[in-house]
Amino acid sequence: MSLTSLTAVELAKKIKAKEVTVPEATKAALDAIEKREEKINSFVTVDREGALKRAEEVQKLINDKTLTGALAGVPVAIKDNMCTNGMLTTCSSKILNNFVPTYTAQAVENLEAAGAVILGKTNMDEFAMGSTTETSAFGVTRNPWNTEHVPGGSSGGSCAAVAAEECYYALGSDTGGSIRQPSAFCGVTGIKPTYGTVSRYGLIAYGSSLDQIGPVAKDVTDCAAILEVISSYDKKDSTSLKRDDTDFTSALVDDVKGMRIGIPRDYFGDGLDGEVKEAVFAAAKVLEEKGAVLEEFDLSLVEYAIPAYYVIASAEASSNLARFDGVKYGYRTGACEGLHDMYKKTRSEGFGAEVKRRIMLGSFVLSSGYYDAYYLKALRTKALIKQAFGKAFEKYDVILGPAAPTTAPRLGESLLDPIKMYLGDIYTISVNLAGLPGISLPCGIDGKGLPIGMQLIGDCFKEKNIIRAAYAFECTREYRHCSMTEE
Amino acid sequence: MMSKQYEMVIGLEVHVELATKTKIFCSCSTAFGGAPNTHTCPVCTGMPGSLPVLNKQVVEYAMAVGLATNCEITRCNKFDRKNYFYPDNPQNYQISQLYLPICRNGSVEIQTENGTKSIGIHEIHMEEDAGKLIHDEWGDCSLVDFNRSGVPLIEIVSEPDMRSAEEVIAYLDKLRMTIQYLGASDCKLQEGSMRADVNISVREAGTTKLGTRTEMKNLNSFRAIARAIENEKNRQIDLIESGEKVIQETRRWDDTKEYSYAMRSKEDAQDYRYFPEPDLVPVVINDEWIAEVKSRQPELREAKLARYKEEYGLPDYDADIITGSKRMADIFEAATAICGKPKKVSNWLMVETMRLLKEHAMEPEDITFSPKNLAKLVELADAGTINSTVAKEVFEKIFDEDIDPDEYVQENGLKTVNDEGELRTVIGQVVKDNPQSVEDYHNGKEKAIGFLVGQTMKAMKGKANPAMVNQILKELL
Repeated sequence: MSLTSLTAVELAKKIKAKEVTVPEATKAALDAIEKREEKINSFVTVDREGALKRAEEVQKLINDKTLTGALAGVPVAIKDNMCTNGMLTTCSSKILNNFVPTYTAQAVENLEAAGAVILGKTNMDEFAMGSTTETSAFGVTRNPWNTEHVPGGSSGGSCAAVAAEECYYALGSDTGGSIRQPSAFCGVTGIKPTYGTVSRYGLIAYGSSLDQIGPVAKDVTDCAAILEVISSYDKKDSTSLKRDDTDFTSALVDDVKGMRIGIPRDYFGDGLDGEVKEAVFAAAKVLEEKGAVLEEFDLSLVEYAIPAYYVIASAEASSNLARFDGVKYGYRTGACEGLHDMYKKTRSEGFGAEVKRRIMLGSFVLSSGYYDAYYLKALRTKALIKQAFGKAFEKYDVILGPAAPTTAPRLGESLLDPIKMYLGDIYTISVNLAGLPGISLPCGIDGKGLPIGMQLIGDCFKEKNIIRAAYAFECTREYRHCSMTEE
Repeated sequence: MMSKQYEMVIGLEVHVELATKTKIFCSCSTAFGGAPNTHTCPVCTGMPGSLPVLNKQVVEYAMAVGLATNCEITRCNKFDRKNYFYPDNPQNYQISQLYLPICRNGSVEIQTENGTKSIGIHEIHMEEDAGKLIHDEWGDCSLVDFNRSGVPLIEIVSEPDMRSAEEVIAYLDKLRMTIQYLGASDCKLQEGSMRADVNISVREAGTTKLGTRTEMKNLNSFRAIARAIENEKNRQIDLIESGEKVIQETRRWDDTKEYSYAMRSKEDAQDYRYFPEPDLVPVVINDEWIAEVKSRQPELREAKLARYKEEYGLPDYDADIITGSKRMADIFEAATAICGKPKKVSNWLMVETMRLLKEHAMEPEDITFSPKNLAKLVELADAGTINSTVAKEVFEKIFDEDIDPDEYVQENGLKTVNDEGELRTVIGQVVKDNPQSVEDYHNGKEKAIGFLVGQTMKAMKGKANPAMVNQILKELL
């Protein structure tokens, strides 16, 4: 067994026990990257030199007991929409193909303070817009379980890197399911925390009111430990929340006796793949056998989540992405005449098709005469969805359902029909609209050998409930390494 | 010959740069005149991933201005994004307030020929300033300086209640004075810390329907504003009289050519796609906060004017001039507190200070001398330590360099000579050297004594006690 098959927490323990050094662990990951990147392409940037140098420094800090945390010395991969001082940060877009930030995202800084070694930056859908990691300007990322399939998206690079064991854990971001859906497709675990729990400072915005950074790892224990480290109140982010309940690892308890779990019928209707349905129900049964109380209910409004989401996220994106204009940083067109021509060519050449589609959609719904009909209506829908969840959480501690309607589609299938791709976000999107925490974890393998993921949703600030339920479920099974990691 | 009578309907949009030390959404300095792009950070240069954090002081200044102009304060404040592309705007959107401005439904009173008039304030909202573009003619390119990007502004939108250039100036003067007294801004039109856009339409006198309005920009002084209004009024009347239509458009005033030209018409008006700023949370203002800001409100001009007359016995004229500038009033009070001679301090401000300001083409706000040194000068002159001629000379030094008058008089030996023996010797010599003048005096030419006094002063280098010189001269003659 190679070092990279360890979970982050396991590795940190071995480092602490001096069974493994940080440079050894770093080198193992870098070697895995070298070996598998040709097939997977989960990284935009690999900083071999920087990582090895940093590994030596971190080792010293561990030796002199400056660093003692649960993740000290563990190498990590960061989604390429989080700013890293001195390291290329592209959002997988041509328009940022030369952007080197002068500052580091707060979440990444928190990891570094805890002794993380940054291996590099992971591929993603351009500006996190997409569900397959196929809209990246730097090539598609492939699913380590079957390279003919997509890893999901938009945090496809982070999830594929974890599954392919090119890193010990990764950070992703989730605006409409971008951590949970690719985690499900790649057979790994990911958490989207309550909005405001992790600082967005330094996260290049897609839909500001929905974006959250979260962990991607092999298991629930890692995710809880990582979330504990990256959560912080940050004065630089006005939407950041002061919380005193971020000791998430305290919820790693194998006990769900009496836990009330709601199963929304709306999440098991048309469009859900039979094998996924079966696996998720089986998982629910497992929890029931451990003492949880299951109940089916009607969540309602599920069909409105997708239109509301695409209106709100696109509207915010159309404004957030306005700053990429060739004036200050990033890509600028070669030949142009005057300011407007420069703007037009830079943005036409710099953005990909999916990003342009959403900028146009967002600009349209905000334009005068349409604002009330689309944007305001979407905001009202968002409020109603939040209410519907609020009502459900009066009765249940956790809501259980699938993370995605299917397992990973084949490469090239999704972008042919964007509406179908958007519909694939149906189970994850309302969680962002309501600002809730959600976890996605593996619960089976389908007939094609692809992982199936289930999702547990909690009320605002109730990450501990979903961590507890996920952990209890996980205790009943072994982590499945994908076959690629055994080659 | 104009057959019909017309009246103007004027409304103003006034932008005021607030006097906060740091910018509205980051902690960069707002200081004016730094080297380009030295007061910048990821937030005010629109770097990816940066986020705005509201400066509370901006809210307090906006509240203070709103309270002083009788506005209702909005309890739940939100910010909105105004989207437009321009290189001086690093995010390509401006954070402003559209839907819920911080202040609404206010008014101020102005004095007009026909007495007091109330001008309505539609709203006051908070927003960020843009950077500055510098067009390099030689290099055939444009450069951007983001030092001003993110400097806090309030925009004060009046109701269309003004009817003449005089009323506009009176309104602006009232706003400026109020805001200066609050310490919320220095309101300098030339430096751009106060900027006014004027919306003007004309209609036949006696009618109530509003005419088509134009918006005039680039008005950098009260004089330019007055001229632009008169010019635009005539332009619109000419159009109407000749059967043409006034087009709703934005015009730019060129004060050197005394002419305005169209910048853009309503048709090419941009759609700003306003929507709530998702990176900021609502600012909730409660009664306690309002009370706190109210309690910190300094004495405004009207109250000060009344108090100066009452407490210091200043004449109307003096009190009016001195309270006409917050800076002058501050100096007056501080100097008076030290020396206890309000009328004397007032005289220095009213006469010599005003003369020197005019001579140097300065505004009262530009005064740099300290009240302490003015107070010392008042004491020196009052005690007869220096005579009035010397005092004026010393004051010029205070005005220019804020010197300490005690030290200056000492170092330059400017004390009045009160030594009778010394004076007698010098005057004796003057009388001896000017027999013609002595004779003239004795022949009844009273003026001749003036010449002799002058000669004595010259001999004494201006430091002689004038009363003693007169007395001794008369004796000796």
